[in-house]
Amino acid sequence: MADSQSKEASGGVLTGLMSGIVGGGIKVVDLTMTLQPDVPTIVMPPEFGQSWPFRMEEISKYDHRGPFCYWNNLSCGEHTGTHFDAPIHWVSGKDLPENATDTIPVEKFLAHACVVDCSDAAANDPDYLLTIENIEEWEAAHGKIPARSWLLMRTDWSRKADPVAYMNMADDGAHTPGPHEDLIPWLIEERDVIGFGCEAVGTDAGQAQHFNIPYPCHYHMHGNNRFGLPALTNLDALPPQGAILITPPLKIRQGSGSPTRVLALVEQ
Amino acid sequence: MTTPLPPPKRKDPVKRTRQPTLPPANRSREAQGLTAMAAVGRFALQTCTACGAVQYPPRQICGQCLNDDLPWQDVSPHGLLLAETVLHHSNDLFFRDRLPWRLGVVSMNAGPSVVAHVAEDCRQGERVRLSLGLDRSGMAVMQARPETPSANEEDDGQLRETTFDPKDRRVLIVDGKTDLGLALAKAFGAAGAREIYLGHAEPWKRSPKLAAAEALPNVNLFPLDVTDTDSVQELASLLGGKTEILVNNSYYLRQGGAVDRFDLNTSRDEMDVHYHGLLRLAGTFGPAMRGRGADGAHGATAWVNVFSPYAWVNNPAFGTYSASQAAALSLAQCLRAEMTAGGVRVVNAFVGPLDDEWHQLVPPPKLEPDMVARRIVDALKDGREDVPIGAIAEEMAARLAENPKELEREIRL
Amino acid sequence: MSRQRQGYDDIALCAPVTIPYTRYSLRSAHWFCGRALAALLESAGLRKTDVDGYCISSFTLAPDTAVGLTQHLGVTPRWLDHIPMGGASGVVALRRAARAVQAGDAEVVACIAGDTNHVDSFRKTIASFSQFANDAVYPYGSGGPNASFAFLTDHYMREYGATREDFGKLCIAQRDNALRFPYALMKRPLTLDDYLNARPIADPLRLFDCVMPCAGAEAFLVMTQDRARKLGLPFATLSSTIERHNAFPDDPIQIRGGWAMDVDDLYGLAGIGAPEIDFVQAYDDYPVICFLQIEDLGFCGKGDASKFVREHALTVNGDFPFNTSGGQLSVGQAGAAGGFLGLIEAIRQLTDQTLGDAVENARHGLVSCFGMINYDRGLCSSAAILGRSDA
Repeated sequence: MADSQSKEASGGVLTGLMSGIVGGGIKVVDLTMTLQPDVPTIVMPPEFGQSWPFRMEEISKYDHRGPFCYWNNLSCGEHTGTHFDAPIHWVSGKDLPENATDTIPVEKFLAHACVVDCSDAAANDPDYLLTIENIEEWEAAHGKIPARSWLLMRTDWSRKADPVAYMNMADDGAHTPGPHEDLIPWLIEERDVIGFGCEAVGTDAGQAQHFNIPYPCHYHMHGNNRFGLPALTNLDALPPQGAILITPPLKIRQGSGSPTRVLALVEQ
Repeated sequence: MTTPLPPPKRKDPVKRTRQPTLPPANRSREAQGLTAMAAVGRFALQTCTACGAVQYPPRQICGQCLNDDLPWQDVSPHGLLLAETVLHHSNDLFFRDRLPWRLGVVSMNAGPSVVAHVAEDCRQGERVRLSLGLDRSGMAVMQARPETPSANEEDDGQLRETTFDPKDRRVLIVDGKTDLGLALAKAFGAAGAREIYLGHAEPWKRSPKLAAAEALPNVNLFPLDVTDTDSVQELASLLGGKTEILVNNSYYLRQGGAVDRFDLNTSRDEMDVHYHGLLRLAGTFGPAMRGRGADGAHGATAWVNVFSPYAWVNNPAFGTYSASQAAALSLAQCLRAEMTAGGVRVVNAFVGPLDDEWHQLVPPPKLEPDMVARRIVDALKDGREDVPIGAIAEEMAARLAENPKELEREIRL
Repeated sequence: MSRQRQGYDDIALCAPVTIPYTRYSLRSAHWFCGRALAALLESAGLRKTDVDGYCISSFTLAPDTAVGLTQHLGVTPRWLDHIPMGGASGVVALRRAARAVQAGDAEVVACIAGDTNHVDSFRKTIASFSQFANDAVYPYGSGGPNASFAFLTDHYMREYGATREDFGKLCIAQRDNALRFPYALMKRPLTLDDYLNARPIADPLRLFDCVMPCAGAEAFLVMTQDRARKLGLPFATLSSTIERHNAFPDDPIQIRGGWAMDVDDLYGLAGIGAPEIDFVQAYDDYPVICFLQIEDLGFCGKGDASKFVREHALTVNGDFPFNTSGGQLSVGQAGAAGGFLGLIEAIRQLTDQTLGDAVENARHGLVSCFGMINYDRGLCSSAAILGRSDA
């Protein structure tokens, strides 16, 4: 009896979810960039190991190589295009439990999203850094960030179609917006976020290699078994609060991340 | 003075493109010795070790003393033009397309009489200078030129069938971001190239070289990443029909060998740039260029690969790099055979260590990119197809010819 | 040279036959050689088994040689030779056959030269003529013999002052002879204007300086005079022959042929001199080579052929009857048969079997052959003096 009640109850929630999706009450928003060869990958010094860019080679296209089918071979680094950063990606998270794409509990791939609109600031300053104060102002307007939420930094940076503008490289490295180095520990300790997402090629600011702790978002988030979600797009279609993100990476053995089709459920 | 070649006019779009034909390629094995000399720009004939007689046509037995030791030795290229003819009829399609065609018999100072193609400024009864060129079939031919080089000699229509002069031609330099890419753009500009297309990958990575090259006259930038099939295909569809000289200067040099630096990613990147990159260019630009191999005096003419001499013998300090160069060189031989069908020559330059960031830890001699670029252009003007550049490459070529095992054991930076 | 050369006193050359020439043919060289043999047998009244020696010359018999031809034609000779000497093959075949008959190795030798000419066969022949030609001549414009003789002509003209008009006179005289010869492919008179203004081929050569390749065959029989008399065959006698290969290799360009080395031997064995020669059948694929033969065979000094030609009439009824059937320049060059053409005409002239006009009172005829531009020059030269059997 108890079983059938719980089934009925859960069935009720999922049924409601599906009817919302089908009926239009819940919108599914695609936050993913298209994977194509000119999608830039993060730039490392040339003497370091390099991430392979996204490449595809046709296996056959209904031709002599295979008359019935069209398909491709793909190659790319784990951190290519819109992707999921697992804690094992960073040295600070290397020894944590359940830190890789194949061991992270799957329920963590579903979480609320809080979207902070920094688009005006980023338009004025490519090195714009999101601070604790900015979040506090945001919370004053939209409410406190619930625990276990994604903090998503909307900059509209993904609208830069030209890879040169998107990467915005100079002699001293990239100039793209990201989180202030003080913000990340605060988000973890004070708000218990599940991770940080943004529209730039990485979750850290373009100049973050020059910070006191280089790449603080990677360092702190992964060191605390939290995640990253860079190279998102369409963040302008999400409400400040209330959307649910679906972010499962490929189940790669000891994977440090993977290109991910990131979807958001938004109640209309 | 040779009649100057006028710059090409815009092509009539309804006119059929002349299809490539080739001069006769049937040669004996002995005669291929002449091809080997022409490939590196030497003027050498078989010379008897016993009696000193210089032999021509090539053979296996001395025509004077029947000795069979006839090594190829540099000989005087001078002689007297004894007789000449201008052909108005030929049994061969290649020459029929190019009549009238001038030939002569040259009595060489070195002894033999040779039948030779004769340049415009040579006069019957006067002294001439012979050179060995590679014809559109890739086979060595004798060419008589005026004893002292004449003005515009390189414009001679018959000589141009054995050279790849960049003048008034359109040149694609595959990688415009390197030191050598900039130097090549300058050198081809100085040689009178009509347009220079400069490829550049990963445009978000800045390159002062590229910016400097872009500022040169007649230089235009195009996105081109030899590791990306789509990118190469797209540019080939845009420029394949215009590219008359392609310079594949793709360059990905990292130190390390197989044991001391076991790194599949780096070695795969090296292969992807040098070997698969060449393959992608070959499969996309190759057909278009080959189809224009006989398209008038300014048709597609040469495909230049910039290789390292480590393509010949592995330098363990750059072990996997050397291996990728060897793979690319092997592919270039395949490309050479295939492009010959269109009369387009594949020129392999073997460039010793450049004076650039990747050779920072390599002791001198190191090569200035400007010098290397000029030497490549010179080789195209001369019609050579195997071009060691710099003391290291030249020494390696000589040691390789003498004792490849010694070079394998003793190779040093 | 201490040994005295043996003469050819008992040798008879008879049954001159021609398989008429055509510009192109669908037939094979085997057909032309086979029909020539049939014509020989018919002409001489012999059966196949009566002929026990064969001497074959052909460019287009490949991949066969004389050997394959024996099975093809169903003959079982006890003596067989294949003469791959092109234009020089006629007299060379004659020399070989005569010695075989004299020695008793064969009774009756059929000397046959035949070639076909398919639409593409001339190009194929010159595209793989010799190793030196493949390596060092053919890739240079692929002009074939036109280019090689253009060099020799250009050089000869500059060196000795010969003019196009001089060559023209010779070509026109030969055409005049050809108009009386039924097998000649050239049937129209040639004027000096026609000659000088013809289509340029390879400077200084124009169209009428060049032989026209065609298909055809020539053949004759060699036997003892005794045998010829028994068969009732008219025959020519053989007074002398010479043969030379790769003469004067140090000449930087060809200005003379092997005849110049052997001319004294030629006349010495014959016991007569150039003034006793009543007609000359010379090898004539290009007129310059006729000039060389006129000089090298002792009719004038080196470089004087122009003057000689200007001063003499070369027609069959002239004071220096020359290529009396029209020569290859007007009859056509049927491959190796071109090396037999003059010899066959000489036998006809000396046995009163001419198809055209006869040279009056011809008692001694000189036949000269030249062949095989292996690289920059013709390598094979040969010559023979033939006589009337009652001479």
